[in-house]
Amino acid sequence: MSILLYVEHDGINVNEATLKAAAAANQLAEHMGNVEIHALVAGSGTISVAEQATKIAGVAKVVHIDNAAYENPLAENLTQLVQNLMADYMVLIAAATTTAKNFLPCVAALQDVMQISDIIEVKSASSFSRPIYAGNAIQTLETSDEKLIITVRTTAFETAELSANAAITDITFAAEEATSSFISAELSESERPDLASAKIVISGGRGMGSGENFSLIERVADKLGAAIGASRAAVDAGYVPNDYQVGQTGKVVAPDLYIAVGISGAIQHLAGMKDSKIIVAINKDEDAPIFQVADFGLVADLFDILPELEKAL
Amino acid sequence: MGNIKDKNSFTWSDPFLLDQQLTTEERMIADSARAYCNDKLSPRVRQAYQKEYTDPNIFREMGNLGLLGITLPEEYGGIGASYVAYGLVAREVERIDSGYRSMMSVQSSLVMYPIYAYGSEKQRKKYLSKLASGEYIGCFGLTEPGAGSDPGAIITKATKTKNGYRLHGAKTWISNSPIADVFVVWAKSDAHNGAIRGFVLEKGMKGLSAPKIEGKLSLRASITGEIVMDEVEVGEDALLPNTEGLSGPFGCLNRARYGISWGVMGAAEACWHAALQYGLDRKQFNRPLAQTQLYQKKLADMQTEITLGLQAALRVGQLFDQDKMAPEMISLIKRNNCGKALDIARMSRDMHGGNGISDEFVVMRHMINLETVNTYEGTNDIHALILGRSQTNLQAFF
Amino acid sequence: MKILVPVKRVVDFNVKVRVKADGTGVDIDNVKMSMNPFDEIAVEEAIRLKEAGSADEVIVVSVGVQQCQETLRTALAMGADRAILVKTDALVEPLAVAKILAKIAEEEGTNLVILGKQSIDDDCNQTGQMLAALIGRPQGTFASEVVVEDDKVTVIREVDGGLETISMSLPAIVTADLRLNEPRYASLPNIMKAKRKPLSEKMAEDYGVDLKPRHKIIAISEPVTREAGIKVADVTELVAKLKSVGAI
Repeated sequence: MSILLYVEHDGINVNEATLKAAAAANQLAEHMGNVEIHALVAGSGTISVAEQATKIAGVAKVVHIDNAAYENPLAENLTQLVQNLMADYMVLIAAATTTAKNFLPCVAALQDVMQISDIIEVKSASSFSRPIYAGNAIQTLETSDEKLIITVRTTAFETAELSANAAITDITFAAEEATSSFISAELSESERPDLASAKIVISGGRGMGSGENFSLIERVADKLGAAIGASRAAVDAGYVPNDYQVGQTGKVVAPDLYIAVGISGAIQHLAGMKDSKIIVAINKDEDAPIFQVADFGLVADLFDILPELEKAL
Repeated sequence: MGNIKDKNSFTWSDPFLLDQQLTTEERMIADSARAYCNDKLSPRVRQAYQKEYTDPNIFREMGNLGLLGITLPEEYGGIGASYVAYGLVAREVERIDSGYRSMMSVQSSLVMYPIYAYGSEKQRKKYLSKLASGEYIGCFGLTEPGAGSDPGAIITKATKTKNGYRLHGAKTWISNSPIADVFVVWAKSDAHNGAIRGFVLEKGMKGLSAPKIEGKLSLRASITGEIVMDEVEVGEDALLPNTEGLSGPFGCLNRARYGISWGVMGAAEACWHAALQYGLDRKQFNRPLAQTQLYQKKLADMQTEITLGLQAALRVGQLFDQDKMAPEMISLIKRNNCGKALDIARMSRDMHGGNGISDEFVVMRHMINLETVNTYEGTNDIHALILGRSQTNLQAFF
Repeated sequence: MKILVPVKRVVDFNVKVRVKADGTGVDIDNVKMSMNPFDEIAVEEAIRLKEAGSADEVIVVSVGVQQCQETLRTALAMGADRAILVKTDALVEPLAVAKILAKIAEEEGTNLVILGKQSIDDDCNQTGQMLAALIGRPQGTFASEVVVEDDKVTVIREVDGGLETISMSLPAIVTADLRLNEPRYASLPNIMKAKRKPLSEKMAEDYGVDLKPRHKIIAISEPVTREAGIKVADVTELVAKLKSVGAI
């Protein structure tokens, strides 16, 4: 009995998140006595995705189903498909993307098992760690379920290499007609994300010198798909509008990545961003308090660094 | 020992588990009030304070949520809530700003209460539901330039006319007055042997004006003014029929002061929690300020005084609800809680170091506000005299 | 149309939980409890659908300890019509809750179940999906907009790349995301009125569902705290570091 890795893709490429889930799958496979990992690619016209999936380190076989029903990842269709496949697998594992979070619990319910959501560590073949209370505590659990349905927090695992050479097995499956249907998707790549919920935030402080200079930040933000924030000093100086303010009296943000540019790190500002996962500080004053909370500090002139950063991304 | 546990966990923010001493409705009322205050009042207080701006819409918002006059019966726009619930709402509003709590206290205790308790059925019907919804804003005029702690010395006069009364005089330090629609004023009435009587006046009456008092350094989010009555003619129906003498205004003030004793604990809690957070965040000499003995001692003092003050306010509220309230109880908690809250705010300002003078931290605003709250509605010392008299049977006011 | 909204009593979102020193759990004794914020959004959506004439009745249900009745009262004060408390002192996992909800949805003949997308204590994000699978009905999870028309419900979903719109035949399951609406405050008059709304109590055992947990909690620990940061020399090193930790 082996592990089924759900491969997320956009119809063309394997999603980076899947490679993280693959790393978790590899760890789990080892704990289970080096069982096989099979990657499931479900889509329409997705042979290229399946081919890419053959390379994911640790994958022994790619199960490929090419059918218009999977052109869009509708939970009902995926659930039926995977539920059917689960007769042959001990484990279903996927990156905790909105697609996986949407349909994996359905499979879990049909298998009569609890899903293990958002794992950050594989402790053994039946024990895992996962964040609870918005990451304020870490829970380590032991499951008594025979089959495991797992979603993986991607930030907690390395990216699996693309070093394997697995075979592709094409399958077909006659699904029942779904009671739901896909209508449309609207991907918001061009629009900048909302400051409060953005995964990446780049903020400027008084060091930006003027409102016009914020265009340097905008260009980096466009590359990163980041929201733009500011310190109170920058807002008070009139560089940017009030709703940009991050801090005690502005917005409190906790993105995966927070880049503070030309911000000294007054305690008021820190209060609004100190729970960010990764903090980067760029400031020419090496004693700036912001460096005390930054994971990565770069002591340099922001007017040199921002254009360089834009190019490097 | 049976089931007695040696070690239950301690809740630092609610040491005596006040929350568990409340009814389900009281807790829900406090939750709703807190959600409103956090979402709607907190974001605008800084600007309001800086610009000395009072948003009249706040009365409507509070009215919509049902925060005004909650102890009154349903048919008069209230919800028949307990005095404990009233206190809890005051605590939540003042957690944001004493000015906002003042606006609410005046409306509920000093305007709606007297109209309900001393008014005719016609007056109740005319004013209460509109005051409860916040459509009308009310104010209360007792204090005069020459009569503060000594309200018996007011000189505003009500002279009998054919169809009613003519009022003449001036009131000062009147919360809400410049934006008020309804004015409950107290005057000495010649038709009642010079006794103090209450009258309900309305905006737009000839001779009635309410200029704003400028230059306030405290309670800047709440507008304050005078009430100037220059031969204001009112009908017989403006008189509050069911009270005579100082017991009328004191009946109102008891309720407002009771609310204040809860409210200031809210402000004190805000200052305490701010100091705690600041102490955890701020590092000097390579360790958090909160890891120093002086800092912890102050935090302990704050926790102790707030816990005792809230428990006392709750007890008086329960007695109020059982109809066992004596005004001296309110003097005791108004005096104690205001004084302690002011101490806590000053301490918290101090603990915030230089940052504490910035309006980005709430503490100095609370501190300056509490200077007023410690003074109005019976100064700290006046309440001491009330308590002194209660023990000695000797009045020392004059 | 009847709408069922399950609500969960959780540690208030303003409370920063503290991990117990012995690692057996988080300290929630005497901590302030509230309705799960996502469930509040679900209740709000149901009430709005009723106010818009799309629904006749909003039923709220909570599975848990006696004190959950306070959470239900809050939902009633917001505008739900009646409440069901399914009492149990045991810690109930999402799978068991979904099974109980499936029975209630069937019993009540509800056409639409709206849930919060996840609870802010266990952060599982699975109850709604499990319920959909158990009763074999379609689901629209992470909803930011819900439109009911005749026997169809259209849901705009928040997905990783942006938004996705799907259409479902009723009965269906919807789970609410943060931006679906801004829940109202329970007004004070409605809090008092909620006292008079019906709240029925059942025992979890009455539903014949196996409540035995599948997960045994071995330990609860503090998350790793931020380590002292490092200085990087230039942009190249910075970008390399950010890539190595998966930040970009």
